[in-house]
Amino acid sequence: MAATELKIVSNATCTFCGCVCDDMELTVEGNHITKAKNACVLGKAWFLNHHIEERPIATIHGQPASLDDALEAAARILANARYPIVYGLSDTTCEAQRVAVAIADRIGGCVDTTTSVCHGPSGMAFQGVGEVTCTLGEVKNRADLVLFWGSNPAESHPRHWSRYSTMPKGLFVPNGRKDRTVVLVDVRRSKSAPAADIFLQIKPRKDFEALWALRALVKGVEPEASIEEETGLSLEQLRDLAHRMKTCKFGVLFFGMGLSMTRGKHLNVEAALALARDLNEFTRFYAKPMRGHGNVTGADNVVSWSTGYPFGVNLGRGYPRFNPGEFTTADTLARGEADAALIIASDPMGNFSQPAREHLASIPYVALDPKETATTRGATVAFTTATYGINTPGTVYRMDDVPIPLRPAFESPYPSDEQILSALERRIRELQQHRANGAGH
Amino acid sequence: MLLKIAGGTVYDPANGVEGEIKDIWIDQGKVIVPPTDPEVRPDKVIDASGLVVMPGGVDMHAHIAGPKVNLARKMRPEDKRKAGVVRRTPLTRSGTIGSVPSTFATGYLYAGLGYTTAFDAAIPPLGARHAHEEFHDTPIIDKGFFLLFGNNHYVLRQIQANEPEKLRAFVAWMLQAAKGYAVKIVNPGGVEMWKGGADNIHSLDEKVEAFDVTPRQIVRELAQAAMELRLPHPVHIHCNNLGLPGNWKTTLNTMDALEGRRAHLTHIQFHSYGGDPDDQGKFCSHVPTLADYVNRHPNLSVDVGQVLFGETTSMTGDGPLAYYLHKVSGRKWTNADTEMEAGCGIVPIRYKEKSFVNALQWAIGLEWYLLVQDPWRIAMSTDHPNGGSFLAYPEIVQLLMDRTYRQEVLKRVHPRVLERSTLKELDREYTLNEIAIITRASPARLLGLKHKGHLGPGADGDVTIYTPSADRRAMFELPRFVIKAGEVVVEQGEIRAEVYGRTLHAKTSFDAGIVPDIRKWFESYYTIQFANYPVDEHYLAHGATPVEGS
Repeated sequence: MAATELKIVSNATCTFCGCVCDDMELTVEGNHITKAKNACVLGKAWFLNHHIEERPIATIHGQPASLDDALEAAARILANARYPIVYGLSDTTCEAQRVAVAIADRIGGCVDTTTSVCHGPSGMAFQGVGEVTCTLGEVKNRADLVLFWGSNPAESHPRHWSRYSTMPKGLFVPNGRKDRTVVLVDVRRSKSAPAADIFLQIKPRKDFEALWALRALVKGVEPEASIEEETGLSLEQLRDLAHRMKTCKFGVLFFGMGLSMTRGKHLNVEAALALARDLNEFTRFYAKPMRGHGNVTGADNVVSWSTGYPFGVNLGRGYPRFNPGEFTTADTLARGEADAALIIASDPMGNFSQPAREHLASIPYVALDPKETATTRGATVAFTTATYGINTPGTVYRMDDVPIPLRPAFESPYPSDEQILSALERRIRELQQHRANGAGH
Repeated sequence: MLLKIAGGTVYDPANGVEGEIKDIWIDQGKVIVPPTDPEVRPDKVIDASGLVVMPGGVDMHAHIAGPKVNLARKMRPEDKRKAGVVRRTPLTRSGTIGSVPSTFATGYLYAGLGYTTAFDAAIPPLGARHAHEEFHDTPIIDKGFFLLFGNNHYVLRQIQANEPEKLRAFVAWMLQAAKGYAVKIVNPGGVEMWKGGADNIHSLDEKVEAFDVTPRQIVRELAQAAMELRLPHPVHIHCNNLGLPGNWKTTLNTMDALEGRRAHLTHIQFHSYGGDPDDQGKFCSHVPTLADYVNRHPNLSVDVGQVLFGETTSMTGDGPLAYYLHKVSGRKWTNADTEMEAGCGIVPIRYKEKSFVNALQWAIGLEWYLLVQDPWRIAMSTDHPNGGSFLAYPEIVQLLMDRTYRQEVLKRVHPRVLERSTLKELDREYTLNEIAIITRASPARLLGLKHKGHLGPGADGDVTIYTPSADRRAMFELPRFVIKAGEVVVEQGEIRAEVYGRTLHAKTSFDAGIVPDIRKWFESYYTIQFANYPVDEHYLAHGATPVEGS
């Protein structure tokens, strides 16, 4: 064996979370990353623990299969389905997402992404009231009041504070953290609390009420005293926060799944977005969801530009229709409605409800993943694919919709999601063409 | 493939052909000199006898791709539910329409209308990669985009420091890094003021806070840079005070600020209002004054930004304008600011016949078409989707070619329009040749696209063939054939080929000595790596055409 080649990949991008930090300096020895300079604790785990597993390139019913046989079997499952689902997509490149949507379109299925189980309600709230938002560089250069609500960035997005939102010195906030007030609102004292200037502990499931009281205060309307008992925040605390929001120069409210996935869901987010909007009467104020997966924002963008809707899209009538709750995968499966599925870079067998898992297990489905998961284990056809960002180039969108290119560290022996999906799409179209011709005879 | 379009009535104004019966030959995607050797047989003949033949349409100002357009798609499911749809076929993808069609729908709908080239007018450079990704999924048409420069911090700094050479080099570097086509200015200085917490900027000589420069300087210096770089298209300006009564003075001052330099003033309809911002009752048209100025200044060109009645979406790089529209209408509002570069705002909007303001906007657009004497300096646009969808172009053709129809509509709209505009006195009717100019020949020429907008040898084989009809709207809504690069792509409204057009971007050069200075600035303030900023060729996978100025 030749001596292990050593190389440095600069300006590489970490796709572990929605921060999508693109300043990684990776030391690569053969097919191992031995150093990941600038990475946070999550990023280091992502890069340093990555290794190529010895797995078959594909399996059919759990047995190793050739790529060609697996593609044929997968294409037949999808082309013959009456109500197929294409799901996942938040941990792969936009290039692969594009082909996945094309497949959903060709086979007249649903296309849905993990957005529907994280910030889907935020997307619906956006449709209700709009959103006053900005790229993270605006926060870095201008923000003097930064709020986190229902989010624990110290553990979920460790570099968010140092790279984008609270620490960096910016054009109009030259002293960085000293020029900013940081507020954390959460139901528990999380690891992010010690780093905030103000921590407000709110009663669980009372986010909407607190946000609505803040809207009232911003508009000069005093809420009833019962709000204290209701939310666990004193009127004094609420008044102080409303005052800070109105008098800052540039405020931003980052919200997490503590808002979008608790009681009230999209109504909570609507309240947050409306609050940020209202504040523009007095100052500049923005709101942004803290997106989790590395390219879930890309998935929203690709599905939106292809179909006009961000997630939960059905193409069964030959054109896109949008209906969260009906065409969102967790719901469709739980009602036992789909008859086949294509799961990309996601593990619904590991995290969906029992009825949804039971139904998925009962129908033929195809899975693509770099790792073995509960979903690949149960798949009719599974493909082992290269890991995006580490092994494959492409594009990902940061949580603020900024598109960033990937610089792979080393090649994988496995094909990329995009390559598998493109081959699948080609074969599905051939099968459809064949069927159309056959019908003519 | 050798294609012959035989015996059509050809309108090719750039080559002085006005309704002549002649053959057009296309070989390998380009128009060629008709072969003199009778032995040369075409591979395919389209019998165009009795049909009208024009170059493919060129839309020089629309919003069809990128961050802002996609936010609008995400924000407005209700706009699509009531609209038509594009159904999947074995050859084509499905899509949604409404005021902001999905990418595949955008390509098919433009092609279906006989348009083979379109430009997005406002891309923040940081979102350029996104715009290219959407272009990748926009079939058939060739396309490009203009980059936002008028509130870019590096631009403001160079103007402040009186560094025209650095400014020029930066513009060229940026166009190359983002693979953009032209320099766009949106509300110069006003967007930065908004982002900094003020409400807007109101006149050409007000200072942009923190930068100590004025809109007048921004307009002049960027116009100068575009000129010195010999870009194919001059600076493309969305003036300050869009939509505000009384803004005609700002528009006139902007034209003056150019001091004779070449410039294109876009969606000029929205910038031609008389009256008082605080008194809607005084709202009136000021087109005659402005059109007269344009007629006398050959350095200027315009596109209209025609308003049509109905529901649409306002989307703009002009953040404070969108906030103003939100406050006026009370409808949902998206704002999305880009670090160091630009702003953006999106608001649903409905133009009503019976609204005095909306009806006057409609009339003002038509006054522009009818009062600019030289059709080579005006282009058809709705500022899609701001004034209305590009799908309304056939309606505009009808309004321009048929004054009886125009007067009928005028009778229907709010009556005060009759006294506040000159429209009722204008009896000009466009000829087919003039329509061919303002929908393809003129926009192509204004954009500096030598291979577009005409059917002379060397031109792209982009041709639209119409079935003539006295009903001009019907004629332009449903071309008989649309040919892209020598291939029939649409036949009577049906897509016939699975093809993707090319990306058009400006070919420029710059002194590499500037790069360290840009890099230093970039690394201080941006949140992505300098090395990850430029858009590389693989994003232009359907082919790219770098366009040189002259």
